[in-house]
Amino acid sequence: MLSKSQARTFFLGGTVVTFAILLGLSWNSLSNAVPKQTHEENLTEQVVRGKHLWESNNCMGCHTIFGEGAYYAPELTKVIDRRGEPFVKAVLTSKAPWAPNGRKMVAYGFSDNDADDLIAFFKWIGEVDLNGFPPEPDLKQ
Amino acid sequence: MKYKSQQVAYWFFALSMLLLALQIVYGFIMGFAHMGFDGLHEIFPFNTSRAVHTNLLVVWILSGFMGAAYYIIPEEAENELVNVKLAYIQLITLALVGVVAIVGYHFNYWEGRKFLEIPRPLDYLVVINVLTFLGLILATLYKGKKRTTTSLVLTMGLVFAALLYLPGMIWFDNQTMDSFFRWWVVHLWVEGVWELIMGGILAFLLIKITGVDREVIEKWLYVIVGLTFISGILGTGHHYYYIGVDKTWLIIGGIFSAMEPLAFLGMALFAVAMYRKGEKSIRIKLP
Repeated sequence: MLSKSQARTFFLGGTVVTFAILLGLSWNSLSNAVPKQTHEENLTEQVVRGKHLWESNNCMGCHTIFGEGAYYAPELTKVIDRRGEPFVKAVLTSKAPWAPNGRKMVAYGFSDNDADDLIAFFKWIGEVDLNGFPPEPDLKQ
Repeated sequence: MKYKSQQVAYWFFALSMLLLALQIVYGFIMGFAHMGFDGLHEIFPFNTSRAVHTNLLVVWILSGFMGAAYYIIPEEAENELVNVKLAYIQLITLALVGVVAIVGYHFNYWEGRKFLEIPRPLDYLVVINVLTFLGLILATLYKGKKRTTTSLVLTMGLVFAALLYLPGMIWFDNQTMDSFFRWWVVHLWVEGVWELIMGGILAFLLIKITGVDREVIEKWLYVIVGLTFISGILGTGHHYYYIGVDKTWLIIGGIFSAMEPLAFLGMALFAVAMYRKGEKSIRIKLP
């Protein structure tokens, strides 16, 4: 029958081994995959400013990018492809609140510069290789 | 209650219950918004309600864990808490930081990273608060007469939980890196060290309630938390499928996260089995 010290070895050993694997795989992903898949060379200051705006306004509290967020408002990973830049800019700079599909959005009324920063961020996000996410819509049938 | 200082736990549970009630209120606001009744949008936009709702959950669970530790550690270590006054100060400051964060969410003051919305300056206050808490627990344990497996597993869980808060405080320019390390906090908490804490609490309760030999309960505690970590640590990969990292995580995350329920199932079976075993020896009979 299993003894207490064997059980402890199982716990400590399992923890150390799996954590070591996690560290190894993370190291591999972050040093090899991330620079390539995210096109780190395109990570300009403007994109970083856009990311900061994205965070300081908690856009993720309604929207998602990379499929992560609140699922209340649309997925924005490919928003520039889907809607085009002028549309996105109009939404971001609008001072009047709107409610597409009945879901109200705060009217942020961003300045032209801030809106451009956010658009640069969305463009960079849209180019990240996400292993096939989001899937292309199936338009056959 | 064997030790007077265990009384502190009561106020942590009271805070927990209060925050739970508030969480439910904000949950309803979001639920109604989803149904199209979002008349409160001007005061509680969806992203505010959501940040408040999820953060309240985190804080009431942590407050519950802290209270449980303040109750269990003195009893297991056979020693009064080293500084009761400091424990109350820690409780009050925790509540204050929480209130400031929540009020801030209503005025667009946050960091906007899913589940870790607390703005950076408040992060540092949380760190100081948690260090105070850990200091009290570790000092009580160190000066105590006994160091039981149950108390060590619980303490280990609390220390790891504190350490794992740190990856969430690193600033990254790259959204993929940001997301990657955010899950080290969120996933490794919920599907990792929190289960260590819960396992420790469960073992304590089973020892007290069933009267089954401590050695037997603690042996199975090791097995349960072992299963948790073996599945949960690499299970982090299920958050990495589509965030801009390689496809290795699809396989690793898929396999290990599929094993995660085993740990929870094990925990439930463990509780039932120990309860039945306890009934045979008829130490305490529950109605």
